[in-house]
Amino acid sequence: MLTAELAPLDVETLRQDFPILGRVVRGKPLVYLDNAATTQKPQQVIDAISRYYSETNSNVHRGVHYLSEQATLQYEGARRRVAKFLNAESAHEIIFTRGTTEAINLVAASFGRKFLREGDEVILTEMEHHSNIVPWQMACDASGATLRVVPINDEGELLMDQFRQMLNPRTKLVAAVHLSNALGTINPAAEIIELAHAAGARVLIDGAQAVSHLPVDVRALDADFYVFSGHKIFGPTGIGVLYGKTELLESMPPYQGGGDMIRSVSFQRTTYNDIPYKFEAGTPHIAGAIGLAAALDYVEGVGLERIAAWEHELLEYGTELLQNIPGLRLIGTARQKSSVLSFVLESAHPHDIGTIIDSQGVAIRTGHHCAEPVMHRFGVPATARASVAFYNTRQELEVLASAIHNVNQLFS
Amino acid sequence: MNDLRDLYQEIILDHNRNPRNFRKIEGATVTLEGHNPLCGDRYTIYLLLDDDIVKDISFTGAGCAISKASASVMTAMLKGKTRAEAEALFQQFHEVATGHAPIGNAQLESLGKLGVFAGVREFPMRVKCATLAWHTMHNGLEGKHEGATTE
Ligand SMILES: Cc1ncc(COP(=O)(O)O)c(C=O)c1O
Repeated sequence: MLTAELAPLDVETLRQDFPILGRVVRGKPLVYLDNAATTQKPQQVIDAISRYYSETNSNVHRGVHYLSEQATLQYEGARRRVAKFLNAESAHEIIFTRGTTEAINLVAASFGRKFLREGDEVILTEMEHHSNIVPWQMACDASGATLRVVPINDEGELLMDQFRQMLNPRTKLVAAVHLSNALGTINPAAEIIELAHAAGARVLIDGAQAVSHLPVDVRALDADFYVFSGHKIFGPTGIGVLYGKTELLESMPPYQGGGDMIRSVSFQRTTYNDIPYKFEAGTPHIAGAIGLAAALDYVEGVGLERIAAWEHELLEYGTELLQNIPGLRLIGTARQKSSVLSFVLESAHPHDIGTIIDSQGVAIRTGHHCAEPVMHRFGVPATARASVAFYNTRQELEVLASAIHNVNQLFS
Repeated sequence: MNDLRDLYQEIILDHNRNPRNFRKIEGATVTLEGHNPLCGDRYTIYLLLDDDIVKDISFTGAGCAISKASASVMTAMLKGKTRAEAEALFQQFHEVATGHAPIGNAQLESLGKLGVFAGVREFPMRVKCATLAWHTMHNGLEGKHEGATTE
């Protein structure tokens, strides 16, 4: 690691790239701490999308005309950009989807149809987002396979011993979140994958949160599937990524049928296209893919190592500030943690906290964060969650802390 | 901060801290659950009906200050009322919390404790918190067996 030699981020300058961060809301400067829900977009991404629509807009893979050729080049260029970002071996291992949710549904449906049988087992963790639970429940229902869940400890860390014991020859797939949106826990993805592979199982890693906070290398991890959403890494909504190993994707049946995913169609017999097109039925979100590529250019320009170092400092400072607030309990205190400060207050319900601090311009998320099993595990109906991105500042965390003090005052 | 003070008025804070009729009714005529899946608020409303009269009404459960105070104020207001009166109050409350017609000061006065919930109008995301218990009670009086959910 070269972390020690990295030049620190010039956060104030980088903030200038994000027009929305200069907004005033409810009469106060916006303090945006809801980055785990979605991130803000730099001008570079906004411009790339608007340039595509003003200069290149056309359908891909279909026309012989100039614009269609240009649009196809840019769309396929975006695919190569993602492949490079994840260090995939080949661009055809990158499938564009609507987001993390659709990517997981694709794998659960297609991998499930091909590989899951009655008596097989799928292992998840207790800290999964609903989008990494429900598609597997559906796949298990359809196949007769059984779902098993790795529990977590009071800090919000996976109980790896229990995971080891759960693995067995019937385990066909393990699906685990890389960085938990509800707790901030960073899971030992490489170790999970190695253990699962030793048991003969495949692994899907939900990288929805991870990709904007940590460098990810799918080949170093040896992940079978890795998924994320464009909008959580400073790109547009409606675009996401499924990375899958070539041999797996080739062996799996299509997810949706339609145009682009076929080689030839007749009423007697249809043959499917090669990957990645086999999994991309219909006109894709071309502008979204191009916007995502611009976002990845941006993030790598800033540097994920530097981002991780700055966010670590923010997390430590935020943790210290919050721990000094009377009646505040942090939910999620894993040793390996990033970006998320989830908490409850004795004096007020998370929903009330959210409304009150919003009146001071501070945007956080309150609720179950699409991770109801985590809420059950910690015995709370909901939490308030502040989540940082690299463009957040120490001063913004001070505004957050002071707003929470105000909640305590109102409810005292 | 002004809107916020309108939302979190002293009455609401008080009912949140010390909810009235916060208990089960053994042998209730109607027991119905209300749930807001978005934020996890979950209450059970108990009604003891004697013919046409709400002899007793109570609630249990957990949720935000707005939803809890609303449930508490509701139980305090409905005890001893006829079904028709309860229904009329439900309509009135609904108008206060969700209506668009401006509420004058005189009207606010006449609404009594219901009036404090007019503050939620300025917070569209919180309207469902205020109406949850009332919808559940309304469904209960209508003889529906399914609880209210706000989705
Ligand atoms: C860990 C995790 N997984 C999956 C998702 C779902 O992502 P999307 O809604 O973009 O499909 C999210 C987003 O909230 C998430 O945080």
